[in-house]
Amino acid sequence: MPNSSSNKPLWIEEFSVHTAEDKYVLRRQFMKFLVLVSFGMFAGNIWIWVKSLFARPRGVFPQRVIGLASAVQPGEVKLFTYPSPNDPCILVRAASGKLAAFSQKCTHLSCAVYYSKKNDRLECPCHEGYFSIEDGRVLQGPPPRPLPRIEIEQRGDQLVALAVDTGEPAR
Amino acid sequence: MSVVISEVRRRRQTVVNAAIVFVVILLIVQMWLLTATLESYLAGHRGVAVPGALVSGGLFLICFLLYRFAVRTEKAGD
Repeated sequence: MPNSSSNKPLWIEEFSVHTAEDKYVLRRQFMKFLVLVSFGMFAGNIWIWVKSLFARPRGVFPQRVIGLASAVQPGEVKLFTYPSPNDPCILVRAASGKLAAFSQKCTHLSCAVYYSKKNDRLECPCHEGYFSIEDGRVLQGPPPRPLPRIEIEQRGDQLVALAVDTGEPAR
Repeated sequence: MSVVISEVRRRRQTVVNAAIVFVVILLIVQMWLLTATLESYLAGHRGVAVPGALVSGGLFLICFLLYRFAVRTEKAGD
């Protein structure tokens, strides 16, 4: 039986949990913990608010050449980053010949989506979330919202990324 | 006399327990609010950040006032 009255540190004892000497949590202590958790939730909401203040203003996106249209044949893809190097995107020329570009991050848990030529859709391999190649809408699976669409413009043979469309109306 | 005291104490305990239940309910609402606000923010809807923070602050204030009330009620019975 451990001698709790000794001056040795607890970690030296073989079994350092003294149930008999343990204290019950008072209701006011429990409530204080709940209020602290409530403050944590409030701090989380404040964090989202501050983050939204420093987010990139809507409608301000750089124009960037992402490649040559002739280099992407029907059924082929080209990966690029836009608007920052940390935002992977995928450019697809569908079987119909139409070009479309989307963010490559699945809106569920940010896995990288890929183009399924067989099914002519974007697929997330993590949880089988499928997106339409037409507008990025969710066809199946757990993703809660469509893929952000990258607005592109063809200038001669060059493809230029203009903006990211998340579906939110402009302010 | 002691019966009256124990009855008063029992009622105080009931009031404190009710306050704890209220705080737990408000906490669940706050958790939902935080996840819903984050989800909307990630979807690009930044307009929800301010009302989300205000409502969450209000819920925290209510929780804090309930805590103060419960502590005072318990101490009054000590």
